[in-house]
Amino acid sequence: MTKKLVLAIFLLAVLTFSLFSCDDNSDGGPAVSGNVVTLNVYNWGEYISDGFEGSLDTNAAFEEYFNTHLASKYGYSIKVNYTTYATNEDMYFKLASEAGNYDVIIPSDYMIEKMINEGMLAELDYSIITNFEYIDDGFKGDAAYYDPDNKHSVPYTYGMLGVIYNTALVDEEDYLEESWGLLWNPKYRGKILQFNNPRDAFGSAMYYMNMDINSTDPAVWDSALAKLVQQKEYLQGYVNDEIFNKMTTASAAIAPYFAGDFLTMAYQNEDLAFYYPIEGTNYFVDAMCIPKNSRNKDAANEYINFMLSEEVAVANALYIGYASPNTLVLDNEEYSEGMAELHDDWWDILYGKTPAEANEEYDYSPGYKSFSPEIQAHVNALWESLKTENATEPWVHITSITIIVAVIALAVYTVYIRKKRSRHYRLRDRENALKKIGK
Amino acid sequence: MEIKMKKKNSIMRSIAAAPHIFWAILFIVLPLIIVLYYAFTDSEGSFSFENIVSLGDYAPIFTLSVELSVIATFVCLIIGYPLAYIIAKAKPEKQRLYVMLLMLPMWTNLLIRTYSIMAILDDGGFLNTLLGTTMHIVGTKGAVIFGMVYDFLPYMVLPIYTCVSKIDKHMWEAASDLGCKPIQVMTRVILPLSMSGIISGVTMVLVPSISTFYISQKLGGGTFELIGDTIERQFVTGALNTGAAISLVMMVLIIISLTIMNRFSDEEGGIIV
Repeated sequence: MTKKLVLAIFLLAVLTFSLFSCDDNSDGGPAVSGNVVTLNVYNWGEYISDGFEGSLDTNAAFEEYFNTHLASKYGYSIKVNYTTYATNEDMYFKLASEAGNYDVIIPSDYMIEKMINEGMLAELDYSIITNFEYIDDGFKGDAAYYDPDNKHSVPYTYGMLGVIYNTALVDEEDYLEESWGLLWNPKYRGKILQFNNPRDAFGSAMYYMNMDINSTDPAVWDSALAKLVQQKEYLQGYVNDEIFNKMTTASAAIAPYFAGDFLTMAYQNEDLAFYYPIEGTNYFVDAMCIPKNSRNKDAANEYINFMLSEEVAVANALYIGYASPNTLVLDNEEYSEGMAELHDDWWDILYGKTPAEANEEYDYSPGYKSFSPEIQAHVNALWESLKTENATEPWVHITSITIIVAVIALAVYTVYIRKKRSRHYRLRDRENALKKIGK
Repeated sequence: MEIKMKKKNSIMRSIAAAPHIFWAILFIVLPLIIVLYYAFTDSEGSFSFENIVSLGDYAPIFTLSVELSVIATFVCLIIGYPLAYIIAKAKPEKQRLYVMLLMLPMWTNLLIRTYSIMAILDDGGFLNTLLGTTMHIVGTKGAVIFGMVYDFLPYMVLPIYTCVSKIDKHMWEAASDLGCKPIQVMTRVILPLSMSGIISGVTMVLVPSISTFYISQKLGGGTFELIGDTIERQFVTGALNTGAAISLVMMVLIIISLTIMNRFSDEEGGIIV
């Protein structure tokens, strides 16, 4: 009886819960209530103009635009549900596990390639995305190496990796060489930072040594590891977004990072400077896509088209600070004035070198491609061994073993005393009992 | 009449328990089953022991995590016990104030606290600027231990404080009447009586320290990895099976150590974990 009741209550709870979760629709779904449709946009954090400090609130602007101009055409109005992720992989697993339903996503090149191969992206409707004509020709056709002819994606931002250094801490003769070698220079021991993710860390060693960053040969990765192991003793640490803090406070002197982010850092610390290493460097494109399981493809295409319009593209390019593939942005005066406030050399840094020019000395394709599972596992294992290299210090062993031994000794002693004591009382009780019987 | 009452009671009890059971199944049992599933399958989904077998490679990382968290727990105990004792012996109105002060840092998110410590202790950070020195703190193991102690100290102090404040104050008097010197009162009476508090404090510090990943990433400078970092990276790079296997082994290790610790406290009549 009781068991059945518990079961009934449990089922009831499950039912109500699932009902609630349907209504609530926190994670997506087409949520048609009345004729308002939710458009789920999934983007990197801090990767859209959001109304902060008087900038344009992109999503609110899209809702207004759609609801005034397009609602009658499609027969519904739009509400944007905007969520963010920290890495391509987070986004990928969320989509692959079908934990969320999204309409617009903005992954990086190698992830787009992987998702196309796995059939996760829908083809775009260029009869809606008419603003595609403003995208620079250098990003169309074969130049979109991750998605030939842009069938599934429209470029949003692009950029290249470079070396940031502090002119007050690094000697002129060293930084004028403009080489990855600066990150391997023993002179700056303890002042150098490296990426805390295998892809970019191995990347820096591989551009430096002119090795293929997309190599399928494990031996190539092994020799890149040797280079990273050599670097490890000069490093202050492996970091990601802490680079901002560490470089602007001059805690570190040299770090690899993206050109767009350098502009933000240089705004906070004027001693910082930047170059693209002569050996070649990573070139990436982040592009807007529509997942295959999107339930609002028309609205999603409209959203992408809206993102390419002049006012919106300029606001986003100013907010993000990365290079824009949109020709409307490059010709816009508001954009050039805004960027000039950030840094005097903004044009040279963002647009001064094309990816091809920056990679003249590099013999392979400078963009990341997605790994095969075997290479991914191999790189993971190598990264593990890099992290355990020289990771132990004797004092840690000695202290912790002393503590453990002391605790065990104490425990054994306590147990011994307790046993002894209880034996004593037991014997005494027995004596007393015997005495009683004797009486 | 009595039987009816009893029945009503049990129905009420099931109603009251239902949300908890539901919660436990959805968020504890189900995730555990998923972890188990991934730990014993390969990437194609067929049964395999390979993940568990390959864990030998992670032994140095396991060891380092355990070592650092043992040291951190010990430091927490050395600082935390006297603190808890002092708070428990203070006047009741002051006790409330002290406990609140102890909890105050916990109102700030752990990640923000840890990030701030990094900014303060960094090579060009607040501390070095203030003192005009060039101490290298962030990136050492000491910094990670410091971070663990700072973040988890309240978890050590609170259970001990609760335990000590519950000890009948006549125990002190009785012990001194029977001829104990103050130090003997401490070691022979108070310490054994607060053992259950110590053990639950130790568990509450040790377990999160072993599995932490944020503290080691920010304060360790990323030059070495703890097991939490490894698990995180496995999942992030898509190696779900290895990640699940490491998590599973860690869970088993933690359960074993908790059982051993519980044995000790049970004999003292304590109830924890």
